[in-house]
Amino acid sequence: MTETTDKKALIVLGCPEVPVQNALAVYTAYQLKSSGYSFLIAGNPAVMKLLMTSDPERHYIGAMTSLEKAVEDISSGNDNVDLCIAFAHSDAGISYAATMKYLLPSARFITIVFGREAESISHLIEYEGEQIVEVAVHNPMQLRKKMSEVLGWVVSKS
Amino acid sequence: MGCIEELKHEILAKGLTFKECRDFIAKTCPTVYHIQPGTKLFGEGIIGNPPIAVGTDGTVVVFPYVKPCHGTFILKIEDPKEAARLATIGVKPKKK
Repeated sequence: MTETTDKKALIVLGCPEVPVQNALAVYTAYQLKSSGYSFLIAGNPAVMKLLMTSDPERHYIGAMTSLEKAVEDISSGNDNVDLCIAFAHSDAGISYAATMKYLLPSARFITIVFGREAESISHLIEYEGEQIVEVAVHNPMQLRKKMSEVLGWVVSKS
Repeated sequence: MGCIEELKHEILAKGLTFKECRDFIAKTCPTVYHIQPGTKLFGEGIIGNPPIAVGTDGTVVVFPYVKPCHGTFILKIEDPKEAARLATIGVKPKKK
């Protein structure tokens, strides 16, 4: 455990049609858990089923909620986080990220933009915050490396 | 399925970016209000880049509805109460 114990994070996931998202979500959960964060994963039902299939005993993924419930809980002041990592590969993903950014003004906010159109999608971002942009579809390694650098995560060689 | 989808609605446009939806509503609705993300409309927190443009035309409400895998739709729903409520929760944009 590190100094980050007691800190809370939110992972916001978009449509799961781009393969790297699921792998990077599990990896992010693993890194946050290793760093002592408690965290919540927000996504649509397909995202949750993919994650539960990838990690059936929940060694990494922990608590999950729907995007709608996450927005409602944060809007009503029932939830707050120190770090929000939002994955987006489409205009809709940016809209969800923008909503979370608005609702969590004091959180460290990192938008992970990926997919074939990562560059053009990143130009739709109208809010302040860190961005990691990578044309990643099937291979998560370059994005994993960038995320690890930005978030200060120790990277294994496998 | 969200509760908005269960209401009687008409899809005015789809496949637009969120910014294009904002412009569409600003151009086509007689009255436009700005609301912030998470503001409830028809019982659901509305998603989008702030400010979110929502239009009214009498008792009709026109607004963007974002679905993670399907993009943004512009929906039209007839609801006198919600149209009237928008005047109290929304802010009229400044004229350019």
